[in-house]
Amino acid sequence: MKLREVWKDVKERDISSMRGLLKFITCGSVDDGKSTLIGHMLYDAKLIFADQERALELDSKIGSRDGKIDYSLLLDGLMAEREQGITIDVAYRYFTTEKRSFIVADTPGHEEYTRNMAVGASFADVAVILIDAAQGMLIQTRRHVRICSLMGIKHFIFAINKMDLVHYDKNIYDRISRDIKRFMGEFDVDSIRMIPVSATEGDNVTEHSFKMLWYQGETLLEYLENIELVNYSGQEEFLMAVQRVSRPNHNFRGFQGQINAGEVSVGDEIIVLPSGERAKVSGLYVTNQEMKTAQAGQPVTVQLDREIDISRGCVICKNTSVKAAGIFTAKLFWMDDEALIPGRNYWIKLGTKMLPASVMHIKYKIDVNNGEQIPAESIYKNELAVCDVILSEKCAVDVFDHNKELGSFIFINRISNTTSACGTVMHTLRRSDNLVWHETDITKKIRSEQKNQNTRTVWFTGLSGSGKSTLANELEKRLVAMGRHTMLLDGDNIRMGLNKNLGFTEADRVENIRRIAEVAKLMNDAGLIVLTAFISPYEKDRENAREIIGDDFYEVYVSTPIEECERRDVKGLYKKARKGEIPNFTGITSPYEIPRSPDLIINTKVMGLEDAVALLIEKLRQPSGSDGL
Amino acid sequence: MRELTSLEQLEAEAIYIMREVAAECEKPVMLYSVGKDSSVMLHLAIKAFYPEKPPFPFLHIDTTWKFKEMIAFRDETAKKLGIEMLVYTNMEGVKQGINPFEHGSAYTDIMKTQALRQALDMYGFTAAFGGGRRDEEKSRAKERIFSFRNAQHAWDPKNQRPEMWKLYNTKINKGESIRVFPLSNWTEKDIWQYIRQENIDIVPLYYAKERPVVYRDGNIIMVDDERMKLNPNERVEMKKVRFRTLGCYPLTGGIESEADTLDAIIEETMQAITSERTSRVIDHEAAGSMERRKREGYF
Repeated sequence: MKLREVWKDVKERDISSMRGLLKFITCGSVDDGKSTLIGHMLYDAKLIFADQERALELDSKIGSRDGKIDYSLLLDGLMAEREQGITIDVAYRYFTTEKRSFIVADTPGHEEYTRNMAVGASFADVAVILIDAAQGMLIQTRRHVRICSLMGIKHFIFAINKMDLVHYDKNIYDRISRDIKRFMGEFDVDSIRMIPVSATEGDNVTEHSFKMLWYQGETLLEYLENIELVNYSGQEEFLMAVQRVSRPNHNFRGFQGQINAGEVSVGDEIIVLPSGERAKVSGLYVTNQEMKTAQAGQPVTVQLDREIDISRGCVICKNTSVKAAGIFTAKLFWMDDEALIPGRNYWIKLGTKMLPASVMHIKYKIDVNNGEQIPAESIYKNELAVCDVILSEKCAVDVFDHNKELGSFIFINRISNTTSACGTVMHTLRRSDNLVWHETDITKKIRSEQKNQNTRTVWFTGLSGSGKSTLANELEKRLVAMGRHTMLLDGDNIRMGLNKNLGFTEADRVENIRRIAEVAKLMNDAGLIVLTAFISPYEKDRENAREIIGDDFYEVYVSTPIEECERRDVKGLYKKARKGEIPNFTGITSPYEIPRSPDLIINTKVMGLEDAVALLIEKLRQPSGSDGL
Repeated sequence: MRELTSLEQLEAEAIYIMREVAAECEKPVMLYSVGKDSSVMLHLAIKAFYPEKPPFPFLHIDTTWKFKEMIAFRDETAKKLGIEMLVYTNMEGVKQGINPFEHGSAYTDIMKTQALRQALDMYGFTAAFGGGRRDEEKSRAKERIFSFRNAQHAWDPKNQRPEMWKLYNTKINKGESIRVFPLSNWTEKDIWQYIRQENIDIVPLYYAKERPVVYRDGNIIMVDDERMKLNPNERVEMKKVRFRTLGCYPLTGGIESEADTLDAIIEETMQAITSERTSRVIDHEAAGSMERRKREGYF
């Protein structure tokens, strides 16, 4: 049917009686002919403009194999795509037949661009999966089905393509259909349909094929025109995530959002999540029209009869099982070049709420080919996993299968701002039944990941007046400026409190260092970078500290010579010691054992403070890579 | 409950996007080109925030070569709706005498692309709504609704941020900005149907009327003012013409038409044998030119 006729037909009938938009996605492995199929559908249905048709014929002569019209050129719009002859990103195409308006997302088949395929899938209600009849189901086909299912698609059409190249053989079609049925068994879907087609020849695309009389079903286009999408939202339940609070003047306060599920009317009593406060609907606008009632999908502004605390991210609801939750189990599709690390903090966007969150625990990875569960420590790009996610505060969360909008989320990298992952909620967890929390134990690694740093105890040792405290202080300032989380232990905060019962006998000095080392270790376990500034003159005490603290121990010998220390004599201690007023003064009346193999030596007589701190930062980075701190 | 019509669905999507930007972006602006898509976008913005006024200003990049009727319509519209309309012109370009007759693609670059960059930088806008649709052109068909630009306002088509469900990630790094296309999923037919359904005012240039024109390189160009220099073999004729897209008058080809009512325009549009951008002279360059220009910061 020509466009003009379509339009006339549409105009004569009531437009609103037409079916709503159908959004579908085409996917499949590379060279399965996705772009060609859509191109052919548009071409056959005369749904492309004449100048596009001309451009297509022209481009084909340059680009295509043996001068035939290359329908895929209609869709591969980016220069890089044309050059490489592949699809990189999703292309959206729009067409209308007498029955329905369609938006089709044509997605890339290359594994490298799987995330772009997922973008298309998140948008669609129906997936058309192309399979090369000569090849059958491939790894990439299975991956795509799995991602479509993850993104919420419940209707699958398998277009078994290139039937012309297998002599329109029914046996091949039957065999592939059986494979598909077996594979689809594990997915929760509403409909599955197989159609044998040839995208280049046009068999069963828009017109029935005379070469495959054994196939009696609908053509692909007919099937798409007629497919019924089940409406899941219950009539009784009402849910709306608040996008913004509108307050143009003192007399008006409205909550704006798009209704996620159900209906609402003026006079209804509603509950606000997460607070649980109640109010009645006193006014309702659908766009700029004042209405008595509104339904799922409509953009509304809701007024309430009393002032309660509602902000962006809250959910207004009635008759719902949705509750506020702080922990849930979810499927996650990772899209970032940087791997997922449990404990690391991300922004999560869930509904209209943005808040900090992290993955507590990776339960398992899912093998995209066979669905097998594999234990994993971290998740890499293009991998699927099931994880427990913890939010920084409770908010309204639903199970994805029950409500797409309140059950889906994205993770955003807090430094690069990229969208690292998308996910769907499988079920929420209460803290009380959250055994996982205890099983995993929040480890030192998780705590330090959360702070985005590696832990360390930088142990400064050296004579009194050698510059330990000054160095430690300056280093701490620099670290904090770099966004690190630190703690400085020195005589002031240890001797005055924890160790105030200790004197200066040999036994007390040993105990002093032991306690300091234990505290440093605890603070490392808390994820902190610890700096200590104590004379710690005895090798065996420092060895003891090294043993307690373990790998985090980093010894810095401040080697400023005694003459220089005595010259500085900031606290006047050397003077007193020379007069014999202080017994056991290190360097004068008590020995200082020079460290045998310190990690770093700094002589503050020859090196300025800034250079010394710069050197420390550089050295501290080294052992654990570029951002080791 | 009933299924929403496709226009209702498209309207709801656009409004959702606008509210997300208003709620999450630091300093948004809506570009206003005076054309029919801008008229629809403005109408949607009024509906999205009602009874509040749209919580962002509007920006028109004036090349000084727009049709007179466009400028008059712009000022009337802003006044009638009580919205803040910013107008920006690249004065450097005006001083240098840059014009569409002599400078060709440099004109577009200086008076449109650069002017837009300058205006966005000057006001420090972090997000700008544009009326682009995916059915207009192939590279646009691939662009996300939230499309990111680096500090040089360039687009990186090979590395677009994933856009899942309705979960738009509006976080940007310093210097970056976002172009937001709330009409991405609308087709030209949707635009016209919506204009009719909602009684949206559009510039009279869309309606056929006797206008002074010349025929030049296969295009019908309107002689809108005395700056239009005629070639020796050209003469001004009065013809009943209308415009399918609007821009700078010397670069906008009209079509001979009798369509002087909305229904007649829609009828004609549906029969269109050429897709709409053919009548914009600038788009006639080599395949891929639009993508190239967008990488350089063209809207």
